[in-house]
Amino acid sequence: MSTLSLLLFIGVCALATFATRVIPFVALAKHADHPLILHLGRYLPPTVMMILVIYALRDFRPLLDGRLNAGATGWPMMAAALIVALLHLWRRNALLSIIGGTGAYMAMVQLGWMG
Amino acid sequence: MSLPYAWKEAGKLTLPVMFGYLPLGAAYGILAVEVGVPWWAAVMMSLVIYAGAGQFLAVALLAAGAGLMELAVATLMLNSRHLFYGLSLLKRFQGAGWRKPYLIFALTDETYSLITTLPAERAGDQALAFRVSLLNQAWWVLGSIAGVLAGSTLAFDSRGIEFALTALFIVLTLEQARRLRRWLPFAIAMMTGLGALLLLPDRHLLLGAIGAASLILLLHYRHVQRREANA
Repeated sequence: MSTLSLLLFIGVCALATFATRVIPFVALAKHADHPLILHLGRYLPPTVMMILVIYALRDFRPLLDGRLNAGATGWPMMAAALIVALLHLWRRNALLSIIGGTGAYMAMVQLGWMG
Repeated sequence: MSLPYAWKEAGKLTLPVMFGYLPLGAAYGILAVEVGVPWWAAVMMSLVIYAGAGQFLAVALLAAGAGLMELAVATLMLNSRHLFYGLSLLKRFQGAGWRKPYLIFALTDETYSLITTLPAERAGDQALAFRVSLLNQAWWVLGSIAGVLAGSTLAFDSRGIEFALTALFIVLTLEQARRLRRWLPFAIAMMTGLGALLLLPDRHLLLGAIGAASLILLLHYRHVQRREANA
């Protein structure tokens, strides 16, 4: 692949990505104070956050095609997620919850626990 | 607030993203070099595209010899969830001045999550949002460079470290719940998230769930409006 076509490839990808981010700001610039936009501004972030959690944990599939499935990372993932949530409810220290949960997950995966 | 302190504050906020972006960026760099992308192009993509899943897809399409049209459509589809992120930030980014273009450019899942969960008294602080956005991209670019340089010879066993991003989303969800004290958005997320998990293929999962959730919030808005009109 020539350098020029590679640059073109990167340019198209960059433009398409930026388009998805900038379109609302351009198309709806005059409606920032509309009550619907404020409604979405209030409720959409927590909704998206929870969806991202579900998405991040999607490898946990105890049932796959109607059969019991003990995936290699499914159970450690759920255990670590629980550790994060409990740590956070207990101490409310974001960094502690994240490092604690991630450390536990890495240990479980690397040492092969609960696999 | 002094400048070093301000960066320190932003640095602390982005630390969990660093734990996620460095290894993920490295994985991307390794993959890019493996499929034959020149090192400078791989790093350039992290600078000008800056999208996690989007860049993995781009590298795969590049290796497969996909056309520009195919690339554009696939990228738009994959990243279209960002449309909804913008919708909920219209108000917040007002008056961000020269920082606004970059804030919009750098709007990844993780950056969106961090800046929408800032404490209420910092929500209007565009300078802080800017520092958080810039640092997050710095972690991503540094990770990519490390991946490109090290190739697949990386010695440190970092398996599992990408869980930091999952942990970050869990913590931010709990913080959002504490702030809002409403069950509605979480019920909607459970419904659309689990629904999408059951019904949709992996690549359409996020867009499907976030799109459906936005639609439900729109209906909820109309419902609230009508109730207020009748009251």
